[in-house]
Amino acid sequence: MHRRTFLTSATAAAATLAFPGVLRAQNPVRIGMPLPLTGPFAALAKDMQQGAVLAADELNGKSGILGRKVEVLFRDDQLKPQVGAQRTQELIEKEQCQFIVGGLAAHVQMAINEQTKKAKVLYVSTSQSDEISAKPDTSPITFHEALNPTITSRTVGKWVMENLGKKWWIVYADYAWGKQNNAVLTEINKKMGGTILGSTPYPLGSAEFSAHLPKIQAAKPEVLMSVTPGADNIAFLKQVGSFGMRSQMKVAQPLLWIAYLKEGGAELYDGIYGGINWYWELQDSIPTAKKFVEASMKKFNMPPGDYGAYSYSGVLEVARGSELAKSTDAAKVADALRKSPQYDHFKGKQWWRACDNKSFQDMWIVKGRGPAQVKGEWGLAEIVAKVPANEELDRTCAEKGLA
Amino acid sequence: MLDISLAALAAQVFTGLVLGMLFVLLAIGLSLIFGLMTVVNFSHGALYMLGAYFGFTLLALTGSFSVALVLAPLLVGTLGLLIERFLIRRLYGRSPDDPLLLTFGLSLVIVETVRLIWGKIGLTLDPPRALAGAVNLGFTYFPTYRLFVIAITALALVGLWLFLEKTNVGLVIRAGSRDPLMVRALGFDVGRIWFLVFGIGTGLAGLAGILAGPMRGAYADMGVTIIIESFVVVVVGGMGSLAGAVVSGLLIGQVVSLTTFFAPKLTEIVVFITMAIILLLRPSGLFGEAGLAE
Repeated sequence: MHRRTFLTSATAAAATLAFPGVLRAQNPVRIGMPLPLTGPFAALAKDMQQGAVLAADELNGKSGILGRKVEVLFRDDQLKPQVGAQRTQELIEKEQCQFIVGGLAAHVQMAINEQTKKAKVLYVSTSQSDEISAKPDTSPITFHEALNPTITSRTVGKWVMENLGKKWWIVYADYAWGKQNNAVLTEINKKMGGTILGSTPYPLGSAEFSAHLPKIQAAKPEVLMSVTPGADNIAFLKQVGSFGMRSQMKVAQPLLWIAYLKEGGAELYDGIYGGINWYWELQDSIPTAKKFVEASMKKFNMPPGDYGAYSYSGVLEVARGSELAKSTDAAKVADALRKSPQYDHFKGKQWWRACDNKSFQDMWIVKGRGPAQVKGEWGLAEIVAKVPANEELDRTCAEKGLA
Repeated sequence: MLDISLAALAAQVFTGLVLGMLFVLLAIGLSLIFGLMTVVNFSHGALYMLGAYFGFTLLALTGSFSVALVLAPLLVGTLGLLIERFLIRRLYGRSPDDPLLLTFGLSLVIVETVRLIWGKIGLTLDPPRALAGAVNLGFTYFPTYRLFVIAITALALVGLWLFLEKTNVGLVIRAGSRDPLMVRALGFDVGRIWFLVFGIGTGLAGLAGILAGPMRGAYADMGVTIIIESFVVVVVGGMGSLAGAVVSGLLIGQVVSLTTFFAPKLTEIVVFITMAIILLLRPSGLFGEAGLAE
């Protein structure tokens, strides 16, 4: 290479690095979304992808973000932290994404967050995780749209103690989200005078649970607490059913996912209880939910699921923050969101708590309807209780090391 | 802590038997192919997965589980024949690493193709109604379908044994695994035997796949973990030994099941601990002959 050409291109490259805003000003606003598009969470990831597309369509139908078109870029994190980190880095450096929204599995989401913090890019996590809004993982530009194990397990745990039974057996996936749920469920059970007959970890992504089941069956718990995310959930419930345990005990889960209810079918989920952040039948009572469901029916011919709702809301929050700040600068957008913390994109009022950037929101307890009661193709669950948003359900900022 | 009742332990042993049966089906195919052809077939897990996916589609098309159960392994076996004929055959006489790399690459191609055709989201296979419930064995309730899996696997193994021991082709196959050069000198076409053996081995993987489907569901990377465990089974049993594959498959099934009972945290690693211990005591595996793997 000529010395002069080298110098010219080197200077150009340096300028790009030093003033990325100059280049970006002509370009659309890009939002990067790392998701486990393949593997046991594929159905949820697809739901999230659709939610983000709906949000981008809605924004582009108006004036985008600050008059610029919105693009959402999806990448497969393969449910692996190192891949998630690498994809995030590429989204930020190569694709020039101004924001990162997404992440599904808690352990991958932490790796994504490491990258966004390093690159000073605002991140809205849509993964259920306790750590993400606590020290040392959180940061002033890390926001957490989803519920977390503390909130869901305290809520569902309390409801199960009051309504289903006090003698539990917990089966949980042996990784960040599963372990957090196990800890919180155990704590609430003990606090309310219950008994944990046993608590069994299994490796995430497992499809074989039979070796766990005879022991649980012999212990005769009143409630089997299933902390089995993604496709594991279907395999687990199937095997529990095939051992004849469904008639011997109630089954409850800190979370239920509509995508897996659909995949596994009404019969499999008949009478299974679980927490949920949103369910499309809420459209009957919540106007923003109705708008969201209608957009999804039109574009995808199916209602959005619970995780699609998170990513929809996450993208819209990034847009709202940018408009408020009149900038896509991470620190400015973060300040703007904390200053006007209230929003309602799909489920009624939500707000950001200023000390930990955690979103507080209503949640619901639902129960699988069973084949005879199913309403249409997607009416697979019925709402049995509403739990209003409450900061006291989460740990305090002091408990999170943030006071 | 829970009392360890005899009934719960017996149930655990039954559960382990089903796990073991799937290991046996996969390991016996791997071992047969390795013993005869010294090919380490890395695409075995992908073919196992294909068995479940073919089963799903056949079940949807015909509505009959028995038809799917017969046709899916045959289809996978046919695919195995094509793989041998058009890909692996070109690599005979070269370093054993070459077919290993080829079949590893092939497994990636198969997995991604399945994602393209059937989608990234897994499929749910239902066992036939008659096998859906649980049977009271006296000491425990046990899923009817799992008993069915034990029966079908046992049937397939007896069939394979009769074929290898009582037929002329079986005799040639056994001879070929001992001394291919001598078999060739006697005028047999070893190439045709290899072709047949690869078809049988992959067909058994397909059978394991469709049997596993109704228990575990079908998903594109379902073969990834089980293929590694099956290699362990082959190594523990002794490379190339069919009796070894059966005994060690059942052994590993019990080890996994009982470890889950007593120490669930160790379930993932116990397979490898078992392998390490057995290899320390018997470097060529339980039934292995020294030198075969070199």
